[in-house]
Amino acid sequence: MTGALSSLDRPNTYIGRSVSRPNAKRLLAGRGRYVTDLQLPRMLHAAFVRSPYAHANIRSIDASQAAAMTGVHLIATGVDLAKLCKPWVGTLDHFAGMKSSPQLPLAVGKVVWAGQPVVAVVAETRALAEDAAELVAVEFEEIDPVTDVDAARAPGATLINPELGGNVAFHTRIESGKVDEAFRGAAAVVEETLLFGRHTAVTLEPRAIIADYDPSEERLTVHHGTQTPYQFQDIYSRHYGLREARVRVVAPDIGGSFGMKLHVYHEDMAVVGLSMLLGRPVKFVADRLEAFVSDIHARDHRVTARIAVAADGTIRGMEADDVTAIGPYSTYPRTSVVEGNQVVRLIGAPYRFRDYRADLNVVFQNKVQTSQYRAVGHPIACAVTETLVDRAARKLGIDPFEIRRRNIITQDMYPYTSPTGYTFERLSHEACLDKLHALMDYPRLRLEQEALRKQGIHRGIGIAMFVEITNPSPAFYGVGGARISAQDGAIVKITPSGEVHCLISVGEHGQGTETIVGQIVADGLGVDHGAVRVFTGDTDVTPHGGANWACRGAGIGGETALQASRTLKRNILSVAAAILQARPDDLDLRNGEIVDAATGSARLSLGEIARIAYFRSDTLPGGVSPQLTASHHYTPKGFPFAFTNGVQACHVEVDVETGFIKILKVWVVEDCGRIINPMLVEEQVRGGVVQGLGAAFFEECLYSENGQLQNGSLADYLVPMACEMPDIEIAHVETPTQDTELGAKGCGEAGTAAASAAAINAVNDAISPLGASISQIPMTPQRLLRALGHA
Amino acid sequence: MSGRVPVSMSVDGRTVDALVEPRTSLGDFLRNDLGLTGTHLGCEMGVCGACLVLLDGQAIHSCLMYAVQANGRAVETVEGLTERRAIADIQKAFHERNALQCGFCTPGMLVTAYELLSHGGAPSRAEIRDALSGNYCRCTGYEAIVDAVDQTAKERQKQAGCPQDGRAAAPGGTKDNAA
Ligand code: FES
Ligand code: FES
Repeated sequence: MTGALSSLDRPNTYIGRSVSRPNAKRLLAGRGRYVTDLQLPRMLHAAFVRSPYAHANIRSIDASQAAAMTGVHLIATGVDLAKLCKPWVGTLDHFAGMKSSPQLPLAVGKVVWAGQPVVAVVAETRALAEDAAELVAVEFEEIDPVTDVDAARAPGATLINPELGGNVAFHTRIESGKVDEAFRGAAAVVEETLLFGRHTAVTLEPRAIIADYDPSEERLTVHHGTQTPYQFQDIYSRHYGLREARVRVVAPDIGGSFGMKLHVYHEDMAVVGLSMLLGRPVKFVADRLEAFVSDIHARDHRVTARIAVAADGTIRGMEADDVTAIGPYSTYPRTSVVEGNQVVRLIGAPYRFRDYRADLNVVFQNKVQTSQYRAVGHPIACAVTETLVDRAARKLGIDPFEIRRRNIITQDMYPYTSPTGYTFERLSHEACLDKLHALMDYPRLRLEQEALRKQGIHRGIGIAMFVEITNPSPAFYGVGGARISAQDGAIVKITPSGEVHCLISVGEHGQGTETIVGQIVADGLGVDHGAVRVFTGDTDVTPHGGANWACRGAGIGGETALQASRTLKRNILSVAAAILQARPDDLDLRNGEIVDAATGSARLSLGEIARIAYFRSDTLPGGVSPQLTASHHYTPKGFPFAFTNGVQACHVEVDVETGFIKILKVWVVEDCGRIINPMLVEEQVRGGVVQGLGAAFFEECLYSENGQLQNGSLADYLVPMACEMPDIEIAHVETPTQDTELGAKGCGEAGTAAASAAAINAVNDAISPLGASISQIPMTPQRLLRALGHA
Repeated sequence: MSGRVPVSMSVDGRTVDALVEPRTSLGDFLRNDLGLTGTHLGCEMGVCGACLVLLDGQAIHSCLMYAVQANGRAVETVEGLTERRAIADIQKAFHERNALQCGFCTPGMLVTAYELLSHGGAPSRAEIRDALSGNYCRCTGYEAIVDAVDQTAKERQKQAGCPQDGRAAAPGGTKDNAA
């Protein structure tokens, strides 16, 4: 027995096992170390004076009273920080023609959204800083706010950024095949306009940052609740003119992130400048209201789309027009057009039709910026596609499973390039559909639905297929000029007692990165999982990498860790071979012991090798130089993305009198390639589904016509709570990518990608016999009653 | 604005004497003055449950109470519950079931679970979901937390020699929302 990687009878086979997270015990004991918890010597606190208007000129600022308060150390305006900080522009070259204006930490001359920071106050406590901020007098002169996407594009509209000559940030058109012909020859055409409200990440720990500039060494240390410390090291260094090697960004425990904590925020940039001006640590933690008016929002799309089908349900073509509003500027460094771009490129993704046309218009408005948040564009593309497919099926009298079976990309078609240019290595639509059908006992649910309907109980069943982008290569951001890494690095080393440290660039914020990396390293080396400690999130310590976005932790970080541990194992075996006068190929490492590969009999412990290597290398044969530290960097090189897929189903009961919807159950079948830890994958999926259900039923940032956010508190902005959420049943199909040895793809966004689409289809399935339909999320009781003609 | 006043209270079984500003919340006092950062703040208005602690044995929102109001009373935090092993079985179930991701909601969840389970009996899944409905979690989707509490309740019943309740039907719910 030679012990191939995944033979389950080999010791230390951790890949594929539900290992609990060792680092979770600390959090369970209340011993987390979040940025909000940190207190440093000499630390001061920042608060911000914010614009009460969505659009206004700043006439004057008078901070004299505030500056005179005891305990206030500094008051800085936009002009003050502009002297230190180079402006940033949120555009990327591969989005041809895209525009956005330069941004600075604090407003200079004018404000462009309600909540924009105008003046920073630094004081000995946060309470004091807030007291002083209240004494800062800012005189504004209001300008017409631009809040509506159509008014923004009308001739003569007020311009948010006059130097750009218009309120459109980006426009693109995709055209493939002969769309007009496809529609002309169709047996049925279904068209609708879907509205997707703005919602936001609402991480339980709000954004938090401590910038600590030491003028004596010109060193900046930033403790930052972020998913991308390396990106911020680069940004702080370049925008503040600091030497990169003297900028350290540490991301300790993070209370939720979901894509929201990787964008540049005005307050965060300000805090760095404030610390440089003071030579002391400055802390800023957004309170909940500040989070609502400064964290990025997401979605805010209006999509008008059409589908053309043949009489047998074959999709002949699709057409879509997406208008999305992104706030006054595009975010930096990833831009605010990625979501729209993914919407128009992912529409129709599970299906094999070729005739497709889409327009995307990305529009500026005087609201909080929108940008990438969990599942970026996927929920919208999925909802557009899947509601149209359902409607077409209803029109033709075909079952929802059946119409999908007739249109999916099948096994004989891979690798398959979509009309929008995405190449799918291999997806598993057939297997996922079949598995879901059985998992939910679809025929029984349909019978039950029929029977209950006779009693006046309206239940609905909705399904939604999805394709998700994971493991992005440099094709995602790098080609556009962004200094955002698509590679990740790992360093694996043996300690003098024979234990293992792994330093890796992908980070931990609850999804279990450290656990799966530990599993992979233990598996790759042949040691006990408990002997491996994983370190993440410190640019002075861990290798440079992309870290956490677009579901790349397992696929890219995992492969890096696997290859680094393989290299280290070879190094260990060559030292062992020298000591034992054997051939490295005849030896293996199992359970922390060097064994005879053929017989499995123990020869030498790893601890003994480490002892000799570190303390008695003089006893080794000449020419043997032990390398008990190995590093590896990995970038995806084959397909530009590893696409995953799956299908979800949602079961609801609609009260047609009150408009209340009860979510009875959700089922998910997903395929994220090789599964490293099934429990962690399932919990990623569940958490993702619930965020998608929040969007479908509750969550929306509500604005007044003049651009005021009206529900910026957790009492007014509704998030899903335990009592409203269903149990979620999950099953897997595994189609490993052949691009890596590990074969893992991402799984963090799959849940969110299709949950709201399945929910819309379920609600429409419940109310369609009443002649009603809904095409806007969140599906609030009021909207549902309106759809039913009751309000 | 400052004018600090003396307070004396029991925190995790030890007497604490301190001077606090009258406007300091109990949550801020525990975190900033005593360094007990296991108690978290997520909304500071009584809706997220991250700040739950026990006051004279009852779960309260430490964001909604001033430190001076706790004068003469007994406060217990997640750190205290952990040290006296009052929630060791719940913590173990949370760990095994992965009922936490980022962990920011977890101390509040543990306080709610502690209170719920201290009533004895085996609550149904719907009752557990109901009890947890003042605790916001953005990461987990709640099911694993419900499972962990359910598991602990059953274990406790088994240890006490009581028969087990069956799993209740899948819960659901409705929610009012702004249009
Ligand atoms: S911080 Fe107290 S309930 Fe949210
Ligand atoms: S685990 Fe992150 S909020 Fe609950």
